[in-house]
This record gives sequence, C-alpha cells and structure tokens, in this order.
Amino acid sequence: MHIGILDIFQYGFMVRALLAGTLIGALCAILGVFLVLRRLSLIGDGLAHVTFGSVAVSLFFRVDPAYVTVAAIPVVLLSSLGILRLGERARMYGDAAIGIVSSLGIACGITLASVAGGSNVDLFSYLFGSILSISSAELTTAMVLFGVVLLVVWLFYHDLFAITYDEELAKSSGIRVERINAVLVLLAALTVVLAMKLVGIMLISSLLILPAVTALQVARGFRTTIVLAVLFAVASVVTGTIASFYLNLPTGGTIVLVNILVLLLTLAVRRLLPRAGAESVPAKV
Amino acid sequence: MPVELVGIRNLTARYEGMEVLKGIDLKVFAGDYLAVVGPNGSGKSTLIKALLGLVPVREGAITLFGAPQASFDRWERIGYLPQRLKAFNPHFPATVEEIVRLGLLAGKRFPKRRARQDDADLEEILQWLDIAPIRRRLIGELSGGQQQRVLLARAMVNRPELLILDEPTTALDPETREHFYGLVQRLNKNHGVTVILVTHDSATIGRYASRLLYVDKGVVFDGTFEAFCRSPEMAGFFGEYGQHLICQRH
Repeated sequence: MHIGILDIFQYGFMVRALLAGTLIGALCAILGVFLVLRRLSLIGDGLAHVTFGSVAVSLFFRVDPAYVTVAAIPVVLLSSLGILRLGERARMYGDAAIGIVSSLGIACGITLASVAGGSNVDLFSYLFGSILSISSAELTTAMVLFGVVLLVVWLFYHDLFAITYDEELAKSSGIRVERINAVLVLLAALTVVLAMKLVGIMLISSLLILPAVTALQVARGFRTTIVLAVLFAVASVVTGTIASFYLNLPTGGTIVLVNILVLLLTLAVRRLLPRAGAESVPAKV
Repeated sequence: MPVELVGIRNLTARYEGMEVLKGIDLKVFAGDYLAVVGPNGSGKSTLIKALLGLVPVREGAITLFGAPQASFDRWERIGYLPQRLKAFNPHFPATVEEIVRLGLLAGKRFPKRRARQDDADLEEILQWLDIAPIRRRLIGELSGGQQQRVLLARAMVNRPELLILDEPTTALDPETREHFYGLVQRLNKNHGVTVILVTHDSATIGRYASRLLYVDKGVVFDGTFEAFCRSPEMAGFFGEYGQHLICQRH
C-alpha cells in the first residue's frame, strides 16, 4: 500500500514523534553551540551515560516507563554539577572529569541491568532511542522541559555568550562565571535527558555537536550560528524521522545520518563558494 | 583633592601557586596615566588581575572607587583590555558588533536586556575607533591591530572612568603600536579617562604616560618619568646605562 507524504500525519505516533523531535532537536542545537565553542562537546556523552545508569535504576525499581525520564532528571542534574566541580576544584581536566562521571553512570547501569535479569528490552529502547513510541505524557514532559530550557537560555543569553567568548573578560564585567557555567551544564543535563528518547543514549552527543558544527561552517555571527544550528537540526530530525518511516530504518540512527549528510554538504558548499563578507578590508589598526 | 579610584594596601598575591607580588602599596587617582613596567614574571599582570578580582588576593586590601573590591559591583566604571584572550579561538563566530556589545553587559542587572541607549553608545564607539565599516566582519578575520581596536571598543563602550590595559601592544608592529598609544593618550588627555597600562615597552611609554610604576615582585619605583630619569637610586638599581635606555626617548 502506498502511503503519501501527508498521510503520515494521520498517525498519532508520527505527529507526536515529529513534534517532540523538532523541540528536542532545536534545544540540542541551541545548547550545542555553547558547548562546542566551550570545548565541552563530550559532556553530552558523559551525561548520556549517567542517564543510562539512572534509567537502569528506574527500571530496576519498576518505575512506570512514562516517568523514567522525569526520574532520571535529578541524578543527571547532580552529575552535571559533579563534572563542573571536579574540573574546578579537584584540578582535573574537563575531559577527565567527564570520563569519571561517565564511567560511573555506565558501570551502575550495566551492573543493575545484570542484577535485574540480563538485557532488558526497555533499557535497549533508551540506548538506541524510540521516538516513534513516545507517549502523550512523554510529549507533555518534553514540551514543559523545552519551555523551561528555552526560557532560561533567553534570560541568560548575554551571560552565556560572554563566558563562551572569554571567561576572564566576562568576569571583568562582573559576570558570575561559576554561576553561569552551572546554568549551562544544568541546561545540558536537562536536554540530554530529553534527547534520550529521540536518538538514544548512544547518539545524544551527535545531536548536540553536529548541528552546531554545521552552522559554524557558514554562519557569520553568534546569533546567526544559533539560528542556523536550529534550522539544520530541525530539518535533520524531520527528514530523518520521515525517511525512517518510509524506509523502515531505526529513527535515531537515520536522524544522525541525515545530520552527518547535511554537515558534509555544508563542507562541500563552503569549499566551492568563497565566504561572503570575507573580502579584504583595509588593514587599519 | 584628587579622587582616589584604586587603593591597594600591602597586597600579596599568588599566581598558579607561586607568590608573585608581596607588600604592594599603590594609589591611582582620577586623571592618572600610569604605566606599569617590569621584567618578565615580575607580577605586572598579576597586579592587574588581582585588581579586577581575577586572581585571589592572599593578603592586603583593594578598593575600587572607594568600595572594597569584594563588594564592588559598578563594573561599568572600569574597562579592561587583556594582553590576549585566555582561550582565543580564531574561528569564533562573533561579529565585531557582537563583541563590542559584550562590554555593555557590565553593570546591567538580571535579566540583562538591550537598552535604547546601548545602540547609541555602540554607534559612537564604533565611529570613534573607526571600526564601523567592519562591524559585520567576524573577529577572527581581522588583523591583530584591528582585533585590539575591537577589544578596546568593548572596554570603552560603557565610557568607563578607569581603563586597564594589560600589554595591549604585544602583537602589534611598531607603527600600529605608536598609533595605539596615541589613541590611549587622547582618551586620557581629552576625555579624562584614567589609564593603567601594563607594558614591556619601557622605552616608548615614557612619552605618553604621566606616571611610572616599576614592579619587580614589589614596587621598585613609583613617580613621574622625570623623577625616574633623575633618580640616583634608580641609576644604582638599573645601572646608568639601563636607566638611560628607559629614559632616552622620553
């Protein structure tokens, strides 16, 4: 039976998937720009592994699947602050701090999954994503968290931009850098928990990194970078979700592959076309 | 009676675990153009960073505009231009205008939103520093001199009363350096901006600054260039030839 492109909107699960995917993709893109430029790209991976541990705990205690995401939030928030403090206070490199917290999450996850009776189907749905099975309750959670994260980014936008450009300059302007850093990693934690259902724990960092890196190839300004990253992310999520439906492919993996394709196309276009505005300007002091 | 903008009493500060300043006393008054000179590792930059709260103070007290530094919150009164950005990224996707606007954040209360006056202030500084034609260029596409000019605009956009410059001419060629010094001197003389400038360029700065602070862990000399060049103690400290090298172009 042939299914037209508009017919997919007759399926409630596709509408929910596209709506949730668009919101989550946009959030990941916005935060990804800050994280990539601050060389914190891998914090997404680290927090995703903690999320894996939290999900295993929730499933071990037989928490209702609709609330697994919500149950993971406190642990992931605390872990994000742990990564930050390890880096600041324990004189540890940021990537090492991410590695330690990440290992802890994975270790707890594997151990609990094993104690619970080997591989668990629910756990795999979190590992590899299952956006098509997103429930109305999960969509509501995604919408609420999207609103919260977007509001906080809007309120702290200038401070986030300032610390992303240079922490010392930001501090000399009276910005409380430690506080804004905490805001950034907490937002990243919330976003990672949200993105878990979309592409799965294994691929979350790609949603944070790829749209941002793609936008950085062509953007000519900080705001433009964020806007382009959101556009690339949403286009990839929508295209990937629809393509996976028609081609009967896993949705998370397809979304990430589309993201990579967009990056490759952008790199090719950039090589072929000179950057607009990069013309030489008389070198005055 | 001159207005005291900066007061430092018996300051001891460490940088990366090493004690680099000990027993520093200093007062900077409105209208001063203070050149801070000294050898590598003498603590010049640490002095500036301690002043701005960027490194912890071990002992001593710092006041800014009469308020203890710990409770000072009028950062719009101070403009800061660092030697180089700590994590400079040549591919950072910010335009000249976006970088200059960062300076307007100082002194703003949460939630920080753009005010109508901001656009006028931005326009004025872009025109004054002759960077309006490159306002949409990315910062990484500019020459070293242009980048310094943009960061100076960021530091100046709030019309600060005190401008702190930490080795701002290190990456500049001699001609651009002279131009930069002239610009800062105009800010001091014509606009009444108090300047603290850290430099290695002790031979040139005498033509611009009104006061010299020679630092080597502690204060070696604090006074005018004329006094420095006539001082037998400084001749003894540097040797007559060393003193002559510093004073020859003044």
